[in-house]
Amino acid sequence: MTLIDLANPTRFLALTARVLPWLAAATIILLTIGLYQSASAPDDYQQGATVKIMFIHVPNAWLSMFVWGVMSIASLGTLVWRHPLADVAAKAAAPIGAAFTFLALLTGSLWGRPMWGTYWEWDARLTSVLILFLMYLGLMALWRAVDDPSRAARAAAVLTLVGAINLPIIKFSVDWWNTLHQPASVMRMGGSALDKSFLIPLLVMAVAFTLLFVTLHLAAMRNEILRRRVRSLQMTQASQKAA
Amino acid sequence: MTMSLGPYASFIVASYAAAALVVAILIGWVMLDYRSQTQRLRELEQRGITRRSGRSATEPR
Repeated sequence: MTLIDLANPTRFLALTARVLPWLAAATIILLTIGLYQSASAPDDYQQGATVKIMFIHVPNAWLSMFVWGVMSIASLGTLVWRHPLADVAAKAAAPIGAAFTFLALLTGSLWGRPMWGTYWEWDARLTSVLILFLMYLGLMALWRAVDDPSRAARAAAVLTLVGAINLPIIKFSVDWWNTLHQPASVMRMGGSALDKSFLIPLLVMAVAFTLLFVTLHLAAMRNEILRRRVRSLQMTQASQKAA
Repeated sequence: MTMSLGPYASFIVASYAAAALVVAILIGWVMLDYRSQTQRLRELEQRGITRRSGRSATEPR
């Protein structure tokens, strides 16, 4: 099966029926391993046991940006290549991305209170992630506000690509401004600053959450294709009644 | 194995519980939405409304 074959929604549905059980199983296995490793990880010499929040917070923070990146590529697919599944992919990803961003903000806040002494600070990193969360909600509202999926798709694609400007701002906010949030400690020049006892569980959890996103995204795309078939059949029914 | 979470246990437990709840909501949303869409398609097909290809809209093949 080539990529162009997947432009056909029926073939895409056949593919999801085959791969979803395997993806779900792989996600459950990796999440179980990751959670066990997170529970077994030692306390940090400064942060104590609160370092365990990192194993939830960081994967969600990564995914909050990754999902918007996926939506941006899908938006290019809508506007440039007019791929029939591109807007389905973008629309299906938005609620999942919003949920990951919400979790990144919430767990960051719960980590910040014992470590920084505050749940919230209007610094560049936290504020730019909050803006990302609001942009997810705005996109979801836009999809709901416009009845015709193809019209909504073009408007949402433009908004998504404009919003992608926020991704490098989030990533480099800790370098460009003086923030309470710590600078990058995993992906940075000179290698990770984390000890292996923290880095390995963190990477396992990151892969597990990424697999969770892929699984949920494919399932949500399948649902969106079915929703459009319902809409199409309802329009056929309405036109038959009118004739 | 007993795990000591120290004086900030409530923050750690709340973080994991929130993640579990949000992931459970996401999984529930996807599963209920699938059930709802396939049911609506079946009802339309039972009323004789079919796709131009004549294939069942709920069948992936």
